[in-house]
Amino acid sequence: MSTYPLLSLAIWIPIVSGLLVLATGSDRNAPLARMLALLGAIAAFLVTLPLWTGFDAANGGMQFVELKSWIPRFNVNYHLGVDGISMLFVVLNAFITIIVVAAGWEVIQEKVAQYNAAFLIMSGLMNGIFTSLDGVLFYVYFEASLIPLYLIIGVWGGPRRVYAAFKFFLYTLFGSLLFLLALMYLFIQSNGSFSILEWHQLPIALGAQIWLFLAFLIAFAVKVPMWPVHTWLPDAHVEAPTGGSIVLAAIALKLGAYGFLRFSLPIAPDASHELSGLVVALSLIAVVYIGFVALVQTDMKKLVAYSSIAHMGFVTLGFFMFSAMGIEGALVQMVSHGFVSGAMFFCIGVMYDRVHSRQIADYGGVVNTMPKFAALFMLFSMANAGLPATSGFVGEFMVILGAVKFNFWVAFAAASSMIIGAAYTLWMYKRVIFGDVANHHVAELTDINKREFAILGALALCTLWMGVYPQPFTEVMHASVNDLLRHVAISKIQ
Amino acid sequence: MFDNFLVPDFLPAAPELFLAVMAMVILLVDLTVKDSRRTLTFALTQLTLLGCAVIQLMTSTGDVVYTFSNMFVDDLMADLLKLFLYMTVIVVLFYSRAYLLDREVMNKGEYYVLALFATLGMMVMISANHFVTIYLGLELLSLSMYALVAMNRDSVASTEAAMKYFVLGALASGLLLYGMSMIYGATGTLEITGLAERLYGGGANKTVLAFGLVFMVSGLAFKLGVVPFHMWIPDVYHGAPTSVTLFIGSAPKLAAFAIVMRLLVNGMISLAQDWQVMLVILSVLSMAIGNLAAIAQTNLKRMLAYSAISHMGFMLLGITTGVVGGDARFALNAYSSAMFYVLAYVVMTTGTFGMILLMARAGFEAENLDDYKGLNKRSPWFAGIMLMMMFSMAGIPFFVGFFAKFSVLQAVVAAGYMWLAIVAVLFSLIGAFYYLRVVKLMYFDPPVDTSPLTAGMDMRILISANGLAVALLGIFPQMLMSLCAYALLRSL
Repeated sequence: MSTYPLLSLAIWIPIVSGLLVLATGSDRNAPLARMLALLGAIAAFLVTLPLWTGFDAANGGMQFVELKSWIPRFNVNYHLGVDGISMLFVVLNAFITIIVVAAGWEVIQEKVAQYNAAFLIMSGLMNGIFTSLDGVLFYVYFEASLIPLYLIIGVWGGPRRVYAAFKFFLYTLFGSLLFLLALMYLFIQSNGSFSILEWHQLPIALGAQIWLFLAFLIAFAVKVPMWPVHTWLPDAHVEAPTGGSIVLAAIALKLGAYGFLRFSLPIAPDASHELSGLVVALSLIAVVYIGFVALVQTDMKKLVAYSSIAHMGFVTLGFFMFSAMGIEGALVQMVSHGFVSGAMFFCIGVMYDRVHSRQIADYGGVVNTMPKFAALFMLFSMANAGLPATSGFVGEFMVILGAVKFNFWVAFAAASSMIIGAAYTLWMYKRVIFGDVANHHVAELTDINKREFAILGALALCTLWMGVYPQPFTEVMHASVNDLLRHVAISKIQ
Repeated sequence: MFDNFLVPDFLPAAPELFLAVMAMVILLVDLTVKDSRRTLTFALTQLTLLGCAVIQLMTSTGDVVYTFSNMFVDDLMADLLKLFLYMTVIVVLFYSRAYLLDREVMNKGEYYVLALFATLGMMVMISANHFVTIYLGLELLSLSMYALVAMNRDSVASTEAAMKYFVLGALASGLLLYGMSMIYGATGTLEITGLAERLYGGGANKTVLAFGLVFMVSGLAFKLGVVPFHMWIPDVYHGAPTSVTLFIGSAPKLAAFAIVMRLLVNGMISLAQDWQVMLVILSVLSMAIGNLAAIAQTNLKRMLAYSAISHMGFMLLGITTGVVGGDARFALNAYSSAMFYVLAYVVMTTGTFGMILLMARAGFEAENLDDYKGLNKRSPWFAGIMLMMMFSMAGIPFFVGFFAKFSVLQAVVAAGYMWLAIVAVLFSLIGAFYYLRVVKLMYFDPPVDTSPLTAGMDMRILISANGLAVALLGIFPQMLMSLCAYALLRSL
């Protein structure tokens, strides 16, 4: 165990380096801003590695805990810690931040410092969300992270960026305001504590649990996003710059799912059991219906955005099976989706930078001019479709396995998505990559450069590693997931 | 002949006396000032306010001290509010300086003297323990303000605003006075502490008391600017010269909060069940109308006027939750969160209007929303400061506005009014839209006007400090929060 406040470093290194990047000012210093941002992102990633290597997999409780008083007036503490559920996301987040900074290296030429700073600050805030053990601290990070993403979409986004930015902000703010009231209710019920871990032990009547659960559900369902409050996501994704889409898909969507495990299940276990049918139904709709919606998209980014919603449906489905297999599968799916969707959006970004179109119809025969790219894109498409030996398979398989024990027909519906997923992903791949060279834009394409190859290569390695040997990822989860399940099995009604 | 005359203890009122004397001295000194920039007047005014702060700190005992036959009270709440008041007025005058220099017609000695008299009025309101003292302070403030609004006498809009302000203000004073007279009729006392005792003892005529209370709450609502007594706010904010709008929008909120505390909480806490219901209605209406109407505005000053209405509504929520079913154990929590809200709001609103003054230059007011288009291209630093102000007003962390909303909301939830809390957050969601729109204009849109900002270095530093205060108070809100709680604990 390290004596350094690793979690604080993981939060504040990106934020402080973001502010430093901001201080480089105008675009004359753009190279310096990029360099600083990359260094900051790498430093932040390096400090998160000891979290994984030094993690005690046998311990299901919180590790690397930091506890300081923050606002004694309301008994709010600066309380950080990670368990097997949250640790991987901190590492993933730090990793994706490097990818994002690298992804915008040549593409972003305007307001470079602000662009990179927004991503770094966002990354720090999201680490804060994953590691907070205090309700107010969590909420503060949760809501503050809206600001950078709002600016990223609005400043560097596509033609309808203003609409998308507002929709994103107001939608998520709506969810989180009710969540804030739920936190305050718990504060009163627990006689003045904002400690999430204490709330886990707090007995609550069923009626109150149901209200709390619904407040949590609205907040997190918007963030995940679950059907029917998902409509902000395709807009946000389509209009966001490539880096914004990567962060949104790879990390920001995980915040909502993570919230279910940290708040909904342990604080309102009886309501979770009571209302699990609702969540399972919404998840299945996301998996099947949104899968079909993805099938008919003509815009590549929109297609991947809908596929993200479908994949996140698997995650929420896995959570509400109340089995170790389901929850671990969902967690694996979340990490895997971080790599795969990030890579998919990056691939689309690569083509967009060259052709300035996201329409499937504007492409065709890309393999002829970009063979290296086509090969890597193939890998990620397969992973997105859930092909064995890629990371996409492991999580989906575990969730379906968990679902079979839960209810055969649920498992059946979930499994059908493997086919739909393969259909929309591979059909898009076929139309974009294969065939004859469709037009002169495609004919003029140049294959990926070293920077792009490095990014895609790194993501490809992660995808394959997780697909072939998921052990290092799953072993850290076991103890925490089992603790959670034991806790959820005990009624809190008194 | 003077047998019954006791020399009162002047010490608790020392800052007021000092300010009154200095205001008159400055008025005389200004006659000899030839300099059209009025640098001497300005400097003396600022030194006077600084002197008040020093005297306040030196004479504060921390106890509740009554003087002038119990007409005047000095307690920690008064000390804290007054210190904040001096600071606000000092900052306000600094912000206004360049604006006034660009507009010779307003840069008169009277401007500074009126500002000082208004400040004196607010100090008297904050320390009043008697209906007459409250009225005295209120009128001193209001009359100075009417004149300040009309300072730019050639402007039709300003004159119209001053007229509206005067007529409606006089009406409000009338309502307040009428309420006071009825309560006097019912209880036979004008003194606030005495009133509390009489009401506690019971026996007052309930009908007269109820009428008096309604009139008094209406008068207070006028002064706070909450719906349905808010009509003057948008017109006055819009029509007044921006430097005066800044003044009206900031410091008087502190005084208004103080008289609400003095009259309703100190004086009529036994009637809390009655006035709380009225405040709930006022508060919900203000949040609704304020936030909805702000969306439709294209003028930033007018938008901020509606935003002020909604903020005052939100602040009232804190005051409505002090007594629950005859149980006053939440009182301290509730009132101190309302006080924190007011202080936080004053910091934010001062900075926001300060930005309008910073953007303004000779012959250009920078009060339309479109004037802020592309500010991020023109000056990333000040766009960033304005961004912080806007997100803070919308109640997004890590800014002080979030903790202001947070503390009031937790008081509401603690008192068991969950529905009220839900209404409040839904309206703040609506409110977030128009603050976001300002950020959108600054960041997402290309600039229309590309001329660089002309503000001087002192202004730039002060605005930056104000912006950082909004952020720092948001990251470390504990000190100010506990200060409010402590001051009220020692005063109630």
